[in-house]
Amino acid sequence: MCLAIPARVDALLDGDRALIDLDGVQKEISLALLDGVGVGDYVVVHVGYALGRLDPEEAAHTLELLRGVSAVAGPTP
Amino acid sequence: MKYIDEFRDGKTASRLARRIREAVQPGQRYHLMEFCGGHTHAIYRYGVQDLLPDEVRMIHGPGCPVCVLPIGRLDMALALAARPDVILCSYGDMLRVPGSGGKSLLKARGQGSDIRMVYSAADALELARQQPDREVVFFAIGFETTTPPTAVAIRTAFAEGLANFSVLCNHVLTPAAVVNILDSPEAREVGNVPIDGFLGPAHVSIVIGTEAYERFAQGYHKPVVISGFEPLDVMQSILMLVEQINDGRAEVENQYIRAVTRRGNVKAQQIVAEVFETRSEFEWRGLGVVPDSALQIREKFAAFDAERRFPLLYVSVADNRACACGSILRGVAEPTDCKLFARTCTPESPMGSCMVSSEGACAAYYQYGRFRNLATLAKA
Amino acid sequence: MSAPARRSFGHPIDLKRGVVELAHGSGGRAMAQLIEELFSPALSNAWLDQGNDQACIDLPSGRVAVSTDSFVVSPLFFPGGDIGSLAVHGTVNDVAMSGARPLHLTAGFIIEAGFPLCDLKRIVESMARAAGAAAVTIVTGDTKVVERGQADGLFINTTGLGIIPANVTLSGDRARPGDRILVSGTLGDHGVAVMSLRGGLAFHTSIQSDSAPLHDLVRVMVEAVPGLRCLRDPTRGGLATTLNEIARQSGVGMCIRETELPIAAEVAAACELLGLDPLYVANEGKLVAICAAEDAARLLGVMRAHPLGRRAALIGEVEDDAHHFVRMQTAFGGNRVVDWLSGEQLPRIC
Repeated sequence: MCLAIPARVDALLDGDRALIDLDGVQKEISLALLDGVGVGDYVVVHVGYALGRLDPEEAAHTLELLRGVSAVAGPTP
Repeated sequence: MKYIDEFRDGKTASRLARRIREAVQPGQRYHLMEFCGGHTHAIYRYGVQDLLPDEVRMIHGPGCPVCVLPIGRLDMALALAARPDVILCSYGDMLRVPGSGGKSLLKARGQGSDIRMVYSAADALELARQQPDREVVFFAIGFETTTPPTAVAIRTAFAEGLANFSVLCNHVLTPAAVVNILDSPEAREVGNVPIDGFLGPAHVSIVIGTEAYERFAQGYHKPVVISGFEPLDVMQSILMLVEQINDGRAEVENQYIRAVTRRGNVKAQQIVAEVFETRSEFEWRGLGVVPDSALQIREKFAAFDAERRFPLLYVSVADNRACACGSILRGVAEPTDCKLFARTCTPESPMGSCMVSSEGACAAYYQYGRFRNLATLAKA
Repeated sequence: MSAPARRSFGHPIDLKRGVVELAHGSGGRAMAQLIEELFSPALSNAWLDQGNDQACIDLPSGRVAVSTDSFVVSPLFFPGGDIGSLAVHGTVNDVAMSGARPLHLTAGFIIEAGFPLCDLKRIVESMARAAGAAAVTIVTGDTKVVERGQADGLFINTTGLGIIPANVTLSGDRARPGDRILVSGTLGDHGVAVMSLRGGLAFHTSIQSDSAPLHDLVRVMVEAVPGLRCLRDPTRGGLATTLNEIARQSGVGMCIRETELPIAAEVAAACELLGLDPLYVANEGKLVAICAAEDAARLLGVMRAHPLGRRAALIGEVEDDAHHFVRMQTAFGGNRVVDWLSGEQLPRIC
């Protein structure tokens, strides 16, 4: 539930697997829990499986909020 | 590391700390439960509490699957590992947890049990393929983040007709635990264990979505902010909770918008629902028996259920009487309130899981925060 | 001295496809043949060639530093080294941490029956190269073979000795409040390189073990700062363990700054992926140095000028603390305790 890391998908492999990359460290993981993942996508990886996609726009938005004057994100849309 | 380092920036932290200090209203109480052990770990590892005003008190919740696993379930894993035909595969986190008689999986391995550490359920599956003449049992623990990988492994084993793979399932459910805390006798007593808001686990929520928390916010009138695990995420979430409390709101807010959505990962939810069903009740260390709080493997996949494949009996084992893990897990006590903490109970000789799991409240406090409260230790 | 007459053993040992057998450790003809056909070609020197059970050495006068270590690393071959080169570097470094110039090593092998001779040859040759590069001689050795299953392939013990220069006193109990703490380079490389090959954790990385002999770096450091308090190499248990050891020995506390710790990006990434803390991950070619405050700048300059100290950094100070805590100011702006390692660091899922 806790140790999940955002990593970049470097290559798609056979059998619903992918090669992810984190600063030059590469690991094979399973994409069995996600559809439509492409090379260059960022996924959140936990115990060898991609759990979800990381949205770069939302990440940028969060960083803006963090660095800006107001840090209130508001209720879930 | 992209999407990691930016959320650890110290300069932004000081600015956020100032915002939190400004937002906190004098005379208002902000007791916030960080449900997940990963948040406890992050708070201590980065020293987040040093940046918070005194009015904000973080209470450590039961979201540590290693901590809440009852001794009796670990004993079942040890019993399986003791069988000469079995290879028991386990995540690293479980290896040092003491079972009955202080025996851990690591100690059992030293005494001859074939126990292998794996990073993933998929590794256990691969081992089963490579060793067709041995029984490979995967010791599955974890909340909803870790459950879908186990489900995939079982489904794959089923599809391949693997005859020597099974799972000892100890997966537990986050919402049930939260409700249990909110409904505990202490919580119902006004003025005792006041929890004013919850920091919810982002990675669990990637799977279950934020909608799973809406009934707490409404039903118990408690604000919930789904928080990422980087320290800036935690601080932003604390600020959001403080502002909700100030406004008298009780909503589910999503701080981890970069990966969490309202519905969550539907595909993962479907795979989990296909393989698992809810147990009517399950014992949680520290919380007691909690209804509808854990998962068991469905009839269709019974061949892969270690509890049906092997003659196993669950025997409830009480904690060391002086061990305060239960109270700590329910947010009623701090590690320093426990008589055993840092004396007979240390990471080298843990009396309970809160100490031996690196994300347990006691281990995190011992590793990272002990030097802060020396006056307390000296007194006791 | 003249070389002893070569004996004829009939068939030469099959170094490509053969395996170590119990007879190779029993002191008889098989062992003599193993020594002559595998060990000697790689390790030949005046003492070993004499063929005695001991080496008789004339030592320069002065205090002798002696150190022993056993090497049980698994896997035996890893990026940047192997158990052989590690066995040389590890003991050379332990001797060097006293300020001594390492001179001679012993090497004891405990080999599991069935161990491939080609691997043994590769390891022994690696030891020879490492010893040559470090200008130390392996003067005597021993070989034992145990039954299959009683050793994990191969264990090596090396003992080393060297002479300590007269004006040098380095010891873990000499750290004083106000002293500065330095490290000679990036942390965690060795541990991550070895872990990358462990079954169940397989990840691909270009990280190499940093296994290297540090005696020459020590030499320039001691020449520049004779009043150096202490040197230690942070091997098992990592930097955190070493700092805690010294803090306890000296009866002091320490404060380090996370922003100053040199950690390679890939090592940091691998640790994130596995849930490891780089502070506790082993190093085999790095040292921790404690010096007086006024010597720190000069010491750092001298370290950075050396090939093995390019990424040297000043990471913190020694302070007065009755509890002997090592604390760290996090990059984030908070504080945390860097405690002793409890048991082996295990990869986390949580």
